[in-house]
Amino acid sequence: MALIGDLLIQGTQMTVVLAVAPLVTGVVRKLKARLYRKRGASVLQPYRDLARLFRKEAVVAEGASWLFRAAPYLIFAATWVAAALVPTFATGLLFSWSADLIAITALLGSARFFLALAGMDVGTPFGGLGSSREMMISSLAEPAMIMLVFSLALVAGSTQLSTVAGVMLQGVGLRVSLALALIGLMIVAVAENARIPVDNPSTHLELTMVHEAMVLEYSGRHLALIELSAQLKLTLYISLIACVFVPWGLAPAGAGLTHMPLGLLAYFGKLAVGATLLALFEVSLAKMRVFRVPDFLGAALMLGLLGTLLLFVSRGL
Amino acid sequence: MQSLTSLLAAGTRSFTCRPWPRAVLDPGAWSALAAHLAQGRFTLVSLWGDVDAVHMALLDEASVEAGIATCLCPEGRFPSVGQVHPPAQRLERAVRDLYGHVPEAAPDTRPWLDHGRWGIDAPLGAAQAAGEGEPYAFLAAEGAALHQIPVGPVHAGIIEPGHFRFTCHGETVVRLEARLGYVHKGIEGLMVGASVEEAARLAGRSSGDSTVAFALAFARAVEAARGIGVPPRAIWLRALAAELERLANHFGDVGAICNDAAFALMLAHCGVLRERTLRAAQTAFGNRLMMDVVIPGGLSNDMTPDGIAAVRALVKTARATFPELIRLYDDTTSIQDRTVGTGIVREALARRFGAGGFVGRASGRSFDARRFLPYPPYNQMPFTIPSRQDGDVNARIWIRIQEIEESLSLVTRLLDTLPAGPTQTSVEPGPGEGVAMVEGFRGDIFAYVRLDREGRMARAHLRDPSWFQWPLLEAAIEGNIVADFPLCNKSFNCSYAGHDL
Repeated sequence: MALIGDLLIQGTQMTVVLAVAPLVTGVVRKLKARLYRKRGASVLQPYRDLARLFRKEAVVAEGASWLFRAAPYLIFAATWVAAALVPTFATGLLFSWSADLIAITALLGSARFFLALAGMDVGTPFGGLGSSREMMISSLAEPAMIMLVFSLALVAGSTQLSTVAGVMLQGVGLRVSLALALIGLMIVAVAENARIPVDNPSTHLELTMVHEAMVLEYSGRHLALIELSAQLKLTLYISLIACVFVPWGLAPAGAGLTHMPLGLLAYFGKLAVGATLLALFEVSLAKMRVFRVPDFLGAALMLGLLGTLLLFVSRGL
Repeated sequence: MQSLTSLLAAGTRSFTCRPWPRAVLDPGAWSALAAHLAQGRFTLVSLWGDVDAVHMALLDEASVEAGIATCLCPEGRFPSVGQVHPPAQRLERAVRDLYGHVPEAAPDTRPWLDHGRWGIDAPLGAAQAAGEGEPYAFLAAEGAALHQIPVGPVHAGIIEPGHFRFTCHGETVVRLEARLGYVHKGIEGLMVGASVEEAARLAGRSSGDSTVAFALAFARAVEAARGIGVPPRAIWLRALAAELERLANHFGDVGAICNDAAFALMLAHCGVLRERTLRAAQTAFGNRLMMDVVIPGGLSNDMTPDGIAAVRALVKTARATFPELIRLYDDTTSIQDRTVGTGIVREALARRFGAGGFVGRASGRSFDARRFLPYPPYNQMPFTIPSRQDGDVNARIWIRIQEIEESLSLVTRLLDTLPAGPTQTSVEPGPGEGVAMVEGFRGDIFAYVRLDREGRMARAHLRDPSWFQWPLLEAAIEGNIVADFPLCNKSFNCSYAGHDL
């Protein structure tokens, strides 16, 4: 009976992230439009777009290999699993033992690997351009992410998100290294999600694209899966930051079903705050030059490194 | 040192072309003029074909003179100007495509406007059935580490068609070559034999965003050819329309350039100002873009009584909100980081190509047709021509910002001093030949008109400022990164339609 309950909660978690991901993107778009003094499309527009894309025929370029067709499914699967592992409204879920920060980073890394390969598969110049830029960005974002994970792990004594959230909830006090980690993680999140100032998700200028350039050749259900993966990834990063730095409201392990609605409510609140902050941040900045991105991500890496070092020093190892 | 006028006076035959003199030169004197161009003594205004000749308009900026040289080509050949003066190359290729006159010893023999899809060769000249065209060969850039990126002619955004061939070393652009001509509409061919009224409508459709400036250039050329004066009220209202057009385009451009660096906030706010300008134009002249407002002889309609109030309200709003936008642009480091130092055009190159408008003025060539060969009412109205030396995207934005301020002040003064009276005189049909140069928002637009005995168009030529700005874009992007091209391109905002005609 307990197992069924656990499965149910784990299933809810997986469904919730999938269901809410397009909404998060819709809210960010709506907020940005309002800030630009425009009316903006409905927050439900991403759902309609996905429905439309799923209904449409998928046109595949002539020279495309099996990889091009398989990549969207692989990307979607990896991203969904990663997003579903992050504790959103409850910790101590059935699969929480696998909700490891390093595992999540690896899952996202695999998704990106397939996306970059797919970008180059058709052989159009834009795909190659996007893939090479994406690899440049990720080769800097991933070490930064790992550094940040280390500094978190040093505080919490684990890389498991449930444990980290639990430790944070008990209170670890204000720590400089945690503040550094928070800023670093935000930088990585912006870069990983192809947001301004690293990439512009709403541009039509092929020459400036990173993420969009890789997926230019996709259409129909393939494109829908890739778009949904991108939306899931955005939700994942907001959830991740919320889980680690504002774990309040998370239903603790072993808590009854009564805790769940409160946890869900808190989670939606956190998503709304995250989306608002992202919209404000994006509106106030121009996109940076491609070769400035290493400086930007280098800052995240340095923050992670500093955080880790500070922890070592304070513990007197 | 001979002045342009004296060089032309030595021609074998001269024509009455008002207000610039036109003389027929023998091939030797023609080549001598080309050599003067190459030395930078004169500026090339345009080079265009005719059934049996080739014309070339020049400016002598030192002695403030302008003139037209004609080279007869009975055998369909003329000495190439482009072999010593590169700005003439594309114009010569267009002459060859349209009229079949071959520039001798030209360095570039590839077609330009003719993409082999017309079915005929030299449609305005011999008009023979076309043979098999050769595939277009882009200029070579060789090296193991180089790769090419073809972009266009169909783009993802709602913009005009044009093909850009990038040769890159990683992200760095080694060479950019543009291929244009996709929007060739045959306007100059359609104009031959048309009545002045029909031709004026065609002229206003050369490039939609500069419809007032093109219509004005054409109208002034016709009026010069027929030797007629326009009532003062029409002159004032034409200038008002031209300044409104400049304002609308500059507002749009400032926002659009920032948007290409993903700073959409500027686009949103500038878009509001552009829309207000267009609505004021709608109220004043009954048309948002003011198409067909300027006609030979004056204006198609007088301004509506509500017009003055609408335009004054626009000036008030713009003065209240625009300074804040300039501050937003100037205080946002992230956008400054993109625009400063990007896409630099050197002054020497801008002078050599005689680049007008914000492209020239941002690179130290402060040429303005409203000032250099002043036409009313600008000869009675002092205004400043902004000029900068840095030549980058930021400079081109700032020139626009300063021009917006100047235009706002001009609009106010035009309204304050608006004369009463009629807005039209009739243009009696008859022969004549005339030219005009008008400052559009992109730069100087040149128009040449020749009317036959019945007063129909024998030949009309309109030269968009973009002819001399497109090549500079290729130079500006060299050594920059691919991702900065849209930003540079938008800061030039060259016209495809006006160039391809």
